[in-house]
Amino acid sequence: MPAFTLNGNSTTLDLPDDMPLLWAIRDVAGLTGTKFGCGIAQCGACTVHVDGAPVRSCVTPLSAVAGKKVVTIEAIEQDPVGQRVQAAWREIDVVQCGYCQSGQVMSATALLHDKPNPSDADIDTAMAGNICRCGTYSRIRAAIKIAAAKPTSQEPRS
Amino acid sequence: MSARNQPMPPSPSRRNFLRVGAAAGGGLLVGFSLAGCKPEKRNETPPEAAVGKAASKAAEEAPGLEHGAFIRIDRTGAVTLIMHKVEMGQGTFTSMPMLLAEELEVDLSKVKLEQAPADNSLYSDPLLGGQVTGGSTSVRAAWEPLRQAGAAARLVLVDAAAQAWNVKAGECTAKNGVVTHAASGRSMHYGELVDAASKLPVPKVIVLKKASDFTLIGKKHARLDSPEKVNGQAKFGIDVRLPNMLVATVAASPVPGGMLQSADETKAMAVKGVRQVLKIDNAVAVVAEHMWAAKQGLAALEPVWSDGQHAAMTTATIVADMKNAAESGKGAAVARNDGDVSKPAPQGGRVIEAVYEMPFLAHATMEPMNCTVDLRADGCDLYVGTQVPTFAQGAAAKLTGLPPEKVRVHNHYLGGGFGRRLEVDFIAQAVAFAKQVKQPVKFVWTREEDVQHDMYRPYYYDRLSATLDDKGKPLSWSHRVTGSSIMARFAPPAVKDGVDPDAVEGAKDMPYAIPNVRVEYVRHEPPVPTAFWRGVGPTHNIFVVESFIDELAAASKQDPLTFRRDLLDKSPRMRAVLNLAAEKASWDKPLQPIPGRRVGRGLSTQFAFGSYMAQVAEVSVGDDGEVRVHRVVCAVDCGQVVNPDTVVAQIESGVIFGLTAALWNEITFDKGRVQQSNFHDYRMMRMNEAPRIEVHIAQSSDAPGGIGEPGTAAAAPALANAVYAATGQRQRKLPIVAAQLKKA
Repeated sequence: MPAFTLNGNSTTLDLPDDMPLLWAIRDVAGLTGTKFGCGIAQCGACTVHVDGAPVRSCVTPLSAVAGKKVVTIEAIEQDPVGQRVQAAWREIDVVQCGYCQSGQVMSATALLHDKPNPSDADIDTAMAGNICRCGTYSRIRAAIKIAAAKPTSQEPRS
Repeated sequence: MSARNQPMPPSPSRRNFLRVGAAAGGGLLVGFSLAGCKPEKRNETPPEAAVGKAASKAAEEAPGLEHGAFIRIDRTGAVTLIMHKVEMGQGTFTSMPMLLAEELEVDLSKVKLEQAPADNSLYSDPLLGGQVTGGSTSVRAAWEPLRQAGAAARLVLVDAAAQAWNVKAGECTAKNGVVTHAASGRSMHYGELVDAASKLPVPKVIVLKKASDFTLIGKKHARLDSPEKVNGQAKFGIDVRLPNMLVATVAASPVPGGMLQSADETKAMAVKGVRQVLKIDNAVAVVAEHMWAAKQGLAALEPVWSDGQHAAMTTATIVADMKNAAESGKGAAVARNDGDVSKPAPQGGRVIEAVYEMPFLAHATMEPMNCTVDLRADGCDLYVGTQVPTFAQGAAAKLTGLPPEKVRVHNHYLGGGFGRRLEVDFIAQAVAFAKQVKQPVKFVWTREEDVQHDMYRPYYYDRLSATLDDKGKPLSWSHRVTGSSIMARFAPPAVKDGVDPDAVEGAKDMPYAIPNVRVEYVRHEPPVPTAFWRGVGPTHNIFVVESFIDELAAASKQDPLTFRRDLLDKSPRMRAVLNLAAEKASWDKPLQPIPGRRVGRGLSTQFAFGSYMAQVAEVSVGDDGEVRVHRVVCAVDCGQVVNPDTVVAQIESGVIFGLTAALWNEITFDKGRVQQSNFHDYRMMRMNEAPRIEVHIAQSSDAPGGIGEPGTAAAAPALANAVYAATGQRQRKLPIVAAQLKKA
């Protein structure tokens, strides 16, 4: 029964230690913004932040997040960088079907925390784990650069 | 300018398509028929859209207002459009309201969308003959009726204002949701006018705007679904949560036609959270409190299957059968026969022959198949993302014995469609299981189930031959397509004289002016379920035609661009996009060499889905045979553009989709079983592999063409021709095999 912080709220779920975080988030906590895509850490649709680092929640057992801070797409707007990423995504209409985009936004936000001015190679490395079947990659790359170029302090809250 | 921009004659039949009335509780309703526009020749035969009968009793009448009116304007001026199309990424949830808002004269932000219920009589696409989203038809089919409906609503609102002010309607203008009488300085917003307007007759004459007067159409507009797709709030079928709902995951027979023999329920039931094990003839499901318990329960079940007659099936056996059918030509149906292709090549001429093969392909939508079923004695609610809500309704009605109107389909965003969600196999399966459960259940396929139980893009085996004269000019072109017929299952009346129009689309209408052309179709059904895949017929045929025309150019020692251009005298729009793509790609200048890699450039042209397209792909091939696509330049003439940024986005998307499949994708069989299971062995293009894509749109005021699929169909031949240019090796079989491209 691991306890952790989910989007700022302390959470204790009566669930097995080996249960992947993804299903705890989606099916038990009811936060469906985090998506199931492959179940084997191949597609990145389930990406969340655990203590700020991007992880694939489909292969992360609950035991691994005990005592840690889990942030999902539903709360990324509270992160100034996440908010910038979302704004950039809207600005150039990255999304198509949108199913993978929660994971894309989470990976991009983690990248910009780590490297505020990422090179193309940095973007490739950070984002290659996130599949988009609609092929929105060029816009994702462009949106990351837009988000990187805008200092957080100037970002109006939407 | 298109005839569509001319004033509409006051035709009585036309007016019958439009109804204006009052909404319960106040407001204006506008009902109309999508069939207001003339169906194109293509797909004029409707698919057997509803397996059961649609929920409406108004099938023989013009759409009634008592249910399912298309447009509602309330007393606050808010406009609701009942969306007859689904959003699966292609941008319909933005383009459809744009068509309406343009003529209604409201701000786009004022238009709210509601998913239409299942009802063929109201929401049938005239190009497809059913309530179907597919075939890149949405804008093409709604282009005229949605604008007319918007204009009709605007006209009655203006009439209502004119009556209130006792002035002539012609002296009033409507803009931004407000009617103004400039002479007296009076104005009223739409919300104040809806009740009076709802009592007025439909205007006798509806004049649509000229293209030059468009304020929304043709201008870039932000997608209306972006905000909720970047904050996790967008609801896909898989996100449905109902009170008292359980979650199930399923395993179907790994071999097509196999049956469930037994499954060890006790082990599954021992998993904490598992509630129930469900069995149907060919599949088993575990119902649990959450997906993790369901998955573990399923893993513990160890189902035993009887594999049936296809237990020994392999890709090799499937292809051998298909090859026999193709070579024998038995039962070949003639799709086109111009001149006489049997004439021998003249002195100094030659005959070129080739066989092309394309693999089975999975759709691999990012959102795995799922369907939530709430089945009760008195009705059934389906929560799902589907391209065919009436098919879903019909399937559920048939399985449950409920009348169709007791089956309600709650449609959702689709996490990718690509044709996969034109099928209701997974919905029917969920309903069959749900008959054994007393509460709502969300059935979710794992990715493995999704890949291994898809309904695949057919395997195609194509034989081609051509004769060239002594100067290399083509005299004859023969193309025999062999493969399964999706139409024969999906819409049997569409198959005429043995020709599946989908299987030969892009082959039959091959654009090059060659005096003798014969196109044949041999229907051959492998024991593998097949279905439409993004780009449908053209995705197969454009690859074959554009590869083979490239072969002919090479055989004639001519530049592939010049060779094509010389055969397109009678296709000015095609030539124009070809020239535009070539110019933007600097076709006449050599590519920059890349040390240690072979570089090449290839092109393709196509006319499909009502749009003209040309693509130029630039590739490099490593010594190990690895192919990288660096740049794709695309020129498109898709007629009048509604949202230009969506056109660009759809082409970017289509290109990646087409390249992914051509480079890496195939579904293969061994021992009757699909050998691929997830993204590690059914590879998707990723960020670091994606080329730069440049899209150039030709200005046009012709009627809109489709844009969701052309990019996919044109990508594979441009790629394969570029690989040929780089390596000298013709790619006659997809996917491209890197090992065969190793430097000697």
